[in-house]
Amino acid sequence: MTNSGCILEMYDIRKEFPGVLALDRVQLSLKKGEVHVLLGENGAGKSTLMKILSGAYTKDSGEIFIDGNLTEIMSPAHAQELGIGIIYQEFNLNPYLSVAENIFMGREPVKLPGIIHWERLYREAQTILDSLNVKINARHKVESLGVAMQQMVEVAKALSLKARILIMDEPTASLSNNEIESLFKTILHLKQQGVSIVYISHRLVEIFEIGDRVTVLRDGKYIATTPIEQLTRDDMIRMMVNRDLDDQIPKVKAIIGETVLKVENLNVNERLKEINFELHKGEILGISGLMGAGRTRLAKTLFGAEKIKSGSIYLEGREVFLKSPRDAINAGIGLVTEDRKTEGLILDLSVKQNISLPNIKRFIKGGVINFKKENEVVDEYIGKLKIKTPSRNQQTLFLSGGNQQKVVLSKWLCTDTKIFIFDEPTRGIDVGAKTEIYQLMNRLTANGAAIIMISSEMPEILGMSDRILVMRDGRIAGELSDKEATQEKIMNLALGEPYEAAV
Amino acid sequence: MKQLFSNLNFDQMRQFGTFFGLLALCILFTILSPHFFTTSNLLNVAQQSAIIAVISVGMTFVIITAGIDLSVGSVLAFSGVVMASVLHSGLPIPIGIAVGMAVGFSCGLVNGMLVTYGKIPPFIATLGMMSIARGAGLWFTDGRPISGFDDSFRFLANGEIFHIPVPVIIMILVYVAAHFVLTRTKMGRYTYAIGGNINAARLSGININLYLNIIYGVAGLLSALAAVMLTARLNSAQPIAGIMYELDAIAATVIGGTSLFGGKGTVIGTLIGALIIGVLRNGLNLLGVSSFIQQIVIGSVIIGAILLDTNLKNSKN
Repeated sequence: MTNSGCILEMYDIRKEFPGVLALDRVQLSLKKGEVHVLLGENGAGKSTLMKILSGAYTKDSGEIFIDGNLTEIMSPAHAQELGIGIIYQEFNLNPYLSVAENIFMGREPVKLPGIIHWERLYREAQTILDSLNVKINARHKVESLGVAMQQMVEVAKALSLKARILIMDEPTASLSNNEIESLFKTILHLKQQGVSIVYISHRLVEIFEIGDRVTVLRDGKYIATTPIEQLTRDDMIRMMVNRDLDDQIPKVKAIIGETVLKVENLNVNERLKEINFELHKGEILGISGLMGAGRTRLAKTLFGAEKIKSGSIYLEGREVFLKSPRDAINAGIGLVTEDRKTEGLILDLSVKQNISLPNIKRFIKGGVINFKKENEVVDEYIGKLKIKTPSRNQQTLFLSGGNQQKVVLSKWLCTDTKIFIFDEPTRGIDVGAKTEIYQLMNRLTANGAAIIMISSEMPEILGMSDRILVMRDGRIAGELSDKEATQEKIMNLALGEPYEAAV
Repeated sequence: MKQLFSNLNFDQMRQFGTFFGLLALCILFTILSPHFFTTSNLLNVAQQSAIIAVISVGMTFVIITAGIDLSVGSVLAFSGVVMASVLHSGLPIPIGIAVGMAVGFSCGLVNGMLVTYGKIPPFIATLGMMSIARGAGLWFTDGRPISGFDDSFRFLANGEIFHIPVPVIIMILVYVAAHFVLTRTKMGRYTYAIGGNINAARLSGININLYLNIIYGVAGLLSALAAVMLTARLNSAQPIAGIMYELDAIAATVIGGTSLFGGKGTVIGTLIGALIIGVLRNGLNLLGVSSFIQQIVIGSVIIGAILLDTNLKNSKN
């Protein structure tokens, strides 16, 4: 049997996805009525662990005890029956139905089969809402509520399912300070009623205010569980990032030349503003930050795919106005997108057709595509980048992740690209292909290209960058040279200044 | 033979399948009716299929971009009556045809602009145009057909060059040109790219709006060309012409292996699809099957082709 007093215990949880060990012998224990903070970088395994707990994924191995009994969580419905509720960042509410209808969706009280007992529906929903101490009318439509109140509806829905374990994924991400205060009141209220909460957040300030214990995950591994009062902010950061940087990243420094790109006071919207930086010839500028910090939006903006509100972009000293990706490509900018399947490749088309898509003009003579020339160039890149494909006519759908990524890279290598923007260049690809991509970056910078590399992988950012910008909340939070940069410093900037929110 | 097939990808095999389907139908009707496999009847089938086949080319381009054009039949009628009235006013035939083509192209362009700048789903934009063009044609003619044209105009339907009917020649020229554009030009490559993944296409620097407008415009233009062929054949331009042609064109395209989800398809497949529909109609007529039952058969063929398609694909993946 297991520790008494724990409502939930998870031991040795393992989950493998093709090519990635997402969770490796992870453990988590939850006491009755505690707020348990789950902490870790992007990709540390928090979401995977919570999806296993809520029945969305099944674990490969490991044991889960609920109230001391060994339990297999079979499905999301089964997790609900076990009293596990999860509130995602994206709410699962129907905005055009009433609060009460949403709370009892699929479980409406009925008078006769198929006839909803409306009075009971509203009354019971209102009882739950009142028990949360929130002022929401169960008869109002969800769309009339603010984000914070919609979240309360989600909480009420979970409670109506008799949830004893409530998972909250970044619950304060889109709340104002006042709304956060009222959320915390509700959380304290739930604690008193004996509900246990798994609280995922990157906002360390909040964690100190609301948390009881902290479990840290890093790279899919369990690091430690500690009462919060025994930790400092620096301890937490250290636990999150303190990995050995023994990864052999084959960085070769190039000669850093003149400025090729200068961004001045760029504003796009609330999620990307006040951006200033320069990029030099031969340089790899790493951009780090948590998910949602605005990194991809910055990449898209530099590529002409976002509307600029104000500010200027200079290429080699001349101001440019990038109104579409076409403008950016013509100006010598190439974007290797974060998601190659939805934005990088056209999966139904062949290796050849994908590679030549941005450069088809090069192969056209008298309005007609010169297949011979196209094939030659495509074959050259298939050879140069060692793309493993049965032929240039193979649909990219059937290639492995690493080879797909090489096809995307080839698209920009064979255009006249001077500035490469890599958004998570090695996500989901195997170690061998990773190294090849790093070597390719070295060759590019040696030849005088400039690279902006967005990455969530610390070893990659620290290993490959000549300079690092850290983004937070749509702004550049700080800049670090490759000499001064450490995992702790990056994470410190990514997480934000100690206690700026509540002051 | 086995070697040959192992080298083909699914889409190429699919095309062979459609072709064998057409062949099988021809063999079947040859066995069942002595009148089927004769030069005159086969030319007759080609001639009857030509109009739908021409419209289907535009439809194929549109569907490859993951769109749809429901307005082709109405645009045919509207551009037909406008052309006819120009011809009746005594202006030279080329001017009449040019005006008709301009009307067709403009209607298509409006579709394109609604889809691109208006961001309206193609189904709705072209559904609106279907009604607008139909109404415009009826209003323009007060609901009456415009009939009686010079023999030199009617040559476009009844004439022969080297014993081949002119409509068949027009059809072949359109298909050769379309196949060339789709496989050999930038425009063709972009057509597939837009339908395959519009985001990736945009991020590869393709001017999506420009190409979609051209494609919808050309679909309208080809409807107008079909109007020329139909008007010449009937010696009459009718405001109620071309009703339900959009469905035949969609059927030919889909039977030919073009995916309604976009990104895939060939005009050769569409030609085979149009011929399958033409052969079915012709063969069933020869066998004396009632036109009511013909509709049932053609509907079943459409569904059967797609059922086969989807299930083969699922079993393959």
